[in-house]
Amino acid sequence: MKVSIFSTCVVDLMTPNVGIAMVQVLERLGCEIDFPASQVCCGQPTYNSGYLEDSKLAMKNMMRAFEHSDYVVGPSGSCIAMFHEYPKIFKGDPQWELKAVALKEKAYEFTQFIVRVLGITDVGASLEGTATYHRSCHMTRLLGERETPFQLLEQVQGLQMEPLKNSDNCCGFGGTFSVKMPDISEQMVNEKCGCVTETGADILISADMGCLLNIGGRLSRKGEPVKIMHIAEVLNHHNPAAKKEEAGHEPANG
Amino acid sequence: MSLQTDRREFNERTTDGIGNPFMRNAVSSAQDSLKTRRLSAATALGDWEQWRTLGQQIRQHTLKHLDYYLGQLADNIEKKGGHIYFAKTKEEASGYIRDIIVQKKAKKIVKSKSMVTEEIEMNHVLMEAGCELTETDLGEYILQMDDWDPPSHIVAPALHKDRRQIRKVFTEKLGYTGDESPVNLARYARTVLRQKFLEADVGITGCNFAVANLGAINLVTNEGNGDLTAAIPKTHIAVMGMERIVPTLEEMEVLDNLLCRSAVGQKLTSYISVIGPSASGETDGPEDFHLVVVDNGRSGILGSEFNEALQCIRCGACLNVCPVYRHIGGHAYGSIYPGPIGAVITPLLGGYDDYKELPFASSLCAACTDVCPVKIPLHEQLILHRQNIVQEKRTSAAERLQMKTAGRLLASQALFGKALRFANPASRLISRHGRIARGPQLVRGWINARDLSQPVRQQDSFRAWFDKRKGREGQ
Repeated sequence: MKVSIFSTCVVDLMTPNVGIAMVQVLERLGCEIDFPASQVCCGQPTYNSGYLEDSKLAMKNMMRAFEHSDYVVGPSGSCIAMFHEYPKIFKGDPQWELKAVALKEKAYEFTQFIVRVLGITDVGASLEGTATYHRSCHMTRLLGERETPFQLLEQVQGLQMEPLKNSDNCCGFGGTFSVKMPDISEQMVNEKCGCVTETGADILISADMGCLLNIGGRLSRKGEPVKIMHIAEVLNHHNPAAKKEEAGHEPANG
Repeated sequence: MSLQTDRREFNERTTDGIGNPFMRNAVSSAQDSLKTRRLSAATALGDWEQWRTLGQQIRQHTLKHLDYYLGQLADNIEKKGGHIYFAKTKEEASGYIRDIIVQKKAKKIVKSKSMVTEEIEMNHVLMEAGCELTETDLGEYILQMDDWDPPSHIVAPALHKDRRQIRKVFTEKLGYTGDESPVNLARYARTVLRQKFLEADVGITGCNFAVANLGAINLVTNEGNGDLTAAIPKTHIAVMGMERIVPTLEEMEVLDNLLCRSAVGQKLTSYISVIGPSASGETDGPEDFHLVVVDNGRSGILGSEFNEALQCIRCGACLNVCPVYRHIGGHAYGSIYPGPIGAVITPLLGGYDDYKELPFASSLCAACTDVCPVKIPLHEQLILHRQNIVQEKRTSAAERLQMKTAGRLLASQALFGKALRFANPASRLISRHGRIARGPQLVRGWINARDLSQPVRQQDSFRAWFDKRKGREGQ
């Protein structure tokens, strides 16, 4: 199966290992991967700030980039949910509406693609430890996906999952919200960190790097020893091929 | 009081909220318990999603034919000997009510909770006319006794106070000597209020829904104060926003079900009444009934991109799940309509001059949209507001420039590539041990509370890895 990777700007710029893990898991599951190089960002930061016209440039760039793809898979429920908004945004635009619908129909979040398209829940991963999972708001509510990360995590050998209290409450990231209203955002992420440490878990997993940077950044500032991992990294754990490839690509401060 | 409850800057109000442990504790524990109760009451009804769709359809149908149903309502009220008055502005609305009071030479007025009477500044107008006015909803009564502290929640106006604070108010203002148990506090308030009901010349109530084909209004309360306000005084004035109407009892039943379950997690509240002008020969009920239908900006929303906001049935469920409301409380919104729905309708009724921050006071987590029993796409309406605010150039010039730059950067691989090349070296200037330690104004608030790693070097980016790998494969 041919799959085009949508790496997201956050992963590209901040946490390339998440993109690498995603590619390696999908290849192990038999997918043929390509990376349309003209892709950049889904346009969400500017769109959610109210800058509609500025964000349409990014959106059109993405529709062009993935025009010839069969499937588009990305490591972020939030960015994929943004793709799902495109048809509403371009409604009535003869040149772009159909392209927007086409992209929406073939775009999947990473775990969603594995479970719903490939029909796989056990990817052969194993990881010793206790973990808890942060549901990102955009993945659960806008994309409507609540199940697939848990279906996959249940099958990871050695991993014990602990429930997270108030798991439906936002972590306070919200893209530019955390920058524009830092005081309110800080209160939200503080409460989230409290719930995370209350579980006693060593690892915090999520399918969205935005939330993980926010919660992880606060946990680190508070000196909490909880490790953050994107679900692609968890599912790629104990893959011998992964170790070999990553060894040649260790970012200076990853 | 008016729509605006606090004239200070938004930042000052949120700082106040964040620094108020009493309020935050009261709000977050109310949210937690209401969430569980709402869920079980919703599930008990059957297919909640279908009920929501039905609620949405009823509200949309009524709004689409609002002129028809308002006409039918007016005919039926007049046929039964009541009076109906359509007020275009808040001044017209409170002026009409004052005229009735003056005409009746009324001195004592009891009132049952109504948001719209706050919106039209009715209390102020009537007190200036020399009337003694008593709020009879327990929450509102507490606020009145506490020197007219503004309401902070749509359904539970005194949600921000805990029992110790309420006891303090009663002790200082009323000479209450009992303990802080809710039962004793409520019993005491009841004794005081009972006398007020018996003495009142005029009763003023809100209206949950007007029922068009009956010429009647529907009141939903847990304390029975709405019914006493309507039934005991000789004159009853009901006030409604012009959109709060249903065609028949059948639709009212659906919406009351959605309202009670969403607001307080009950199947129904203790008192669900349908009242209007008394028929001749009836021994209870007022001799004179007036319904004031308030526009005050609503007709401007009707048919606009914000039309769906008028579907609101004032259940407050969006407040009960909102993570922002949870931490700043209702007063921070500076309006009688707080929370997500407040952030949508307050700028519509009160304008962007005073309320342009509210649409940004959301992380767009969409918990509000998810919970709304009549499916108002609240978070999408917040984005629409943001678009208008940007279009009207009400954001700072610096932000507009940043966004324009970001818009171009994030749309072009060539430019993004260049930015990648500079991101890591530039960030080194402001980093310590691989973590960004200070930064431009834009991200300062963020890094004050969180550790942020430096962006990776361009050669370490994901796309560089993919290119290198493709190259290796090709060899």
